[in-house]
Amino acid sequence: MQSTTHAAPHVGHDEAHHHEPGFLQKYIFSTDHKVIGIQYGLTALAFLLFGFFLMLCMRWQIAHPGKAVPLVGPLFETLLKTTSGNSAAPGGVMNGELYNVFGAMHGTIMVFLAIVPLAFGAFGNYVVPLMIGAPDMAFPRVNMASYQFYVIGGIVMFASFFIPGGAAQSGWTSYSPLATTVDTHGQAFWLVGMVFLITSSLLGAVNFIATIIQLRAPGMTWMRLPFFVWAQFVTGFLLLLAFPPLEAAGVMQLMDNVFGTSFFLPTGLAVGGRIADASGGGSPLLWQHLFWFLGHPEVYVLILPAMGVVAEIIACNTRKKLWGYKSLVYSVLGIGFLSFIVWAHHMYLTGMGTKISAFFQTTTMIISIPSVIILTCLFISLWGGSIRFNTPMLFALAFLPMFGIGGLTGLPLGFAAADLHLHDTYYVIAHFHYVVAPGTIFALFAGIYFWFPKMTGRMMSEFWGKVHFIGSFIFMNVVFQPMFIQGMAGMIRRMADGGAGYSTALNPTATGGLSKGMMDLHSVILVGAVGLAISQIPFIINLFYSIKNGRKIENDNPWQATTLDWQTPTPPPHGNFAHEPHAHRDPYDYSLPGAATDFTPQNQADHATKH
Amino acid sequence: MSAHSPEDISKHVRIYIIVFLALLVGTVVTVGLNYLHFDSKAVTIGIALFVAVIKATLVACYFMHLISEKKMIYVILGFTVFFFAALLVLTLSSYGDLPELTTTR
Amino acid sequence: MDIPYTSTARPDTGIYNAKVGIWLFLASEVMLFGALFSSYILLRVGALPGDWVHGLLNIPIGTFNTAVLITSSVTVVLGWASLQAGNFGRYKVYQAVTILCALGFLGIKSFEYREKFSHYEVWLKNPVTVKHGHKEVKTDRILGHIEYQGHHPYFWRTKTLADKKVEAFKIEVDPYHYSLTPKELAHARAESKGHKHEVLEIKSSDVKRLSAFTPSHGPYFAIYFTLTALHALHVLGGALVIFYIWGPGAKMWKTDPQRYMNRVEVSGLFWHFVDLVWIFLFPVLYLL
Repeated sequence: MQSTTHAAPHVGHDEAHHHEPGFLQKYIFSTDHKVIGIQYGLTALAFLLFGFFLMLCMRWQIAHPGKAVPLVGPLFETLLKTTSGNSAAPGGVMNGELYNVFGAMHGTIMVFLAIVPLAFGAFGNYVVPLMIGAPDMAFPRVNMASYQFYVIGGIVMFASFFIPGGAAQSGWTSYSPLATTVDTHGQAFWLVGMVFLITSSLLGAVNFIATIIQLRAPGMTWMRLPFFVWAQFVTGFLLLLAFPPLEAAGVMQLMDNVFGTSFFLPTGLAVGGRIADASGGGSPLLWQHLFWFLGHPEVYVLILPAMGVVAEIIACNTRKKLWGYKSLVYSVLGIGFLSFIVWAHHMYLTGMGTKISAFFQTTTMIISIPSVIILTCLFISLWGGSIRFNTPMLFALAFLPMFGIGGLTGLPLGFAAADLHLHDTYYVIAHFHYVVAPGTIFALFAGIYFWFPKMTGRMMSEFWGKVHFIGSFIFMNVVFQPMFIQGMAGMIRRMADGGAGYSTALNPTATGGLSKGMMDLHSVILVGAVGLAISQIPFIINLFYSIKNGRKIENDNPWQATTLDWQTPTPPPHGNFAHEPHAHRDPYDYSLPGAATDFTPQNQADHATKH
Repeated sequence: MSAHSPEDISKHVRIYIIVFLALLVGTVVTVGLNYLHFDSKAVTIGIALFVAVIKATLVACYFMHLISEKKMIYVILGFTVFFFAALLVLTLSSYGDLPELTTTR
Repeated sequence: MDIPYTSTARPDTGIYNAKVGIWLFLASEVMLFGALFSSYILLRVGALPGDWVHGLLNIPIGTFNTAVLITSSVTVVLGWASLQAGNFGRYKVYQAVTILCALGFLGIKSFEYREKFSHYEVWLKNPVTVKHGHKEVKTDRILGHIEYQGHHPYFWRTKTLADKKVEAFKIEVDPYHYSLTPKELAHARAESKGHKHEVLEIKSSDVKRLSAFTPSHGPYFAIYFTLTALHALHVLGGALVIFYIWGPGAKMWKTDPQRYMNRVEVSGLFWHFVDLVWIFLFPVLYLL
């Protein structure tokens, strides 16, 4: 049977403890949620960097039309080909199609390969079971499968850059008929990649929801859950119910592209001046409805885990309870529910009638209310707190006004009348990047600095963390603030020449041309983008250097936090808790009157303190 | 589900057989009614979907034990049905609400 | 610490983990097939009059297939009940029937698909006179089976005529067209029962468009093949899981019978969902 050559104590009847797993079992094919969380995290960060790189190339090309991209231009020239076998970047200058490829893939990679796997897959997987007092996720092997599907999807997406004609080039939104009539296989690769990614998310969502429902430790009632867990719970439902219609649409678009169906191709479609060889009878609008049915809940998938992270860090670093826990919970549930019925505010300009536009405008306005409630609760939570300005707290604090700007600038877009002017302009780019970039990504940076000591037993460098913060904060605003102005001046999205074709320089007498000032802002933005890139270097070095060389923590709870994730050994062993923990109190019992310390862990039973 | 007594199980088995026969009858009825060729399209669709819904309810309630399931499952399914309805109704309405139909020129 | 509630139910929710998991997964499947059904409705409502295909699927075969799936649905739950009663042998027999029904369903479906791939519609540049039932009509759209150089080809499209350098081909014309109302269609079929189909010789230069009843024919067959193929994939997947639990995975009945019964129940739930989808697919695609 089993050998007894090692002296490790038995923990329960788990067979996995009876022999030491090999390297493959422990690090590559692990079913442990913590290992899977780290796998998701590292993979997602790699894709985040790659997506960032794509953006840098685009911003350069916009600011210097017709000039070769420095350093990587020659690489593009040799590696990236058109369908006819020529280079997609002759002389190192990106051609229009390649620009569109980079644009479509920047969006796809950032949303589906970077942010969601990081916010949900990485942080969710690592922290949620610890926070609820569970030994692992409910379905560990399904968890491993979900990571593997993600990797396969990522490989398919990455590989598509190198096929003739390159990767998908019809926007991350892949509207038909363009996505079907472009003469490359990139879109088919995109669709296959998406099927894998959607499968990964669905498996993850089932796991998260089942785990939170079923594996809460005794005493961990619903209203004692840390807000982070509530946020991940709602996110799970958004992924579970909103992704399948996109999967259906993806299958239908794949049928259009590969089997010649006309799900989304209208009758009488002409391509390149000739009637398309398709049956017609389809509807381009159907794609948009199905895409945005996912697309809108997807953006809440991007923000809710971030709000969860920020809430935990604020509570811990103000040394007081979060203000309005119940409001936070009901608001996040409200956001989850409403997010399913606002989607057509992305489609105001498709010719929908006034009644249906009014419906979506109303629900869109209503959904801003719970978002504001959450932000307000987090702001008020700062009042009267003993604020510790460490690196995670700096990022968490910055999240608040940055998400505020992002959210508020969404309101004009939500009004159909204002959206007539702003739709598809740089204003939209600025709005959603404010929410996701100095919004979500800052929150996720905060989370990395915060949970790093639990994962590794060492702290990341505070000094370089603050350098990372200051650089990122300044340059994020340099990059995205000007885009609001450009958008209001009428600069349209997705133009490979940055709008030069509509500039007053080219058309001095035309009204509404883009002024020199607007065009010059591209250079300002490029400076910001490069500054932002440089600011990430200390972070990358800090992250990897500190794993082995960071300051060792003195105890398992260096931040003196109350939640159960900090009441485990460091790093938590397989099975997390030696004995089943018991939640005796609310999640944020900081500075309880009469308590010996300014924090009372959630698994500490009542003794002398009045509660 | 915990172990049931033999009487319980045979009662359940009897229900399963009855539902099975009802489903077969329902299938024959659907096909038979189809040959009647009603003039109104709405009636044709209505009858076909009505029988389908009855059959689906039988499968869900008895084969899938939904009729004796826990509240948690009902909540999950309730939200799902609502969101599916929202997808269908709102998308159909947006197709039907076109500016040409609402302008007063 | 072991993961709790894999076999026994959690007290406050009253359910074991896998059951929560499968219902969540089924919820996502409702949204998946729901989106496809919604697409069906939208495509049909938006179709031009006379363009939406109906009446071309074999109803008796479809009805039989429906009965096959319903049978498999009852055997799966009877199998689980047998396990509850401790009768492993009876469970094995019931599940074997389930798997056989699944394979039968897939086999019949493949036969139906093949039949459609050699059935054609031709759009002509100039109308011809054909018989719908007893009536003579002048039409530029005919249905039928192509005969070329002694055999009946599959998957021909307009391009094929040029690629294969076909100058002319014969077509056994169907005495009806889907642009007729259901009543007229049934009438025409009844009137022409027993009579041989008329054969027309068509010149390739007269053909505006040629298509077999493949997904690319038009929106009806596009959604028909997509819906039924996706459903068939689910039938296959479900059958494989049930087979695994029935065969290689049956060891667990000896080591952890409660957990084994849960697995059977959970895979059964998935199977019933697959049956549920077909309960809607059959009338919507075959009858309406």
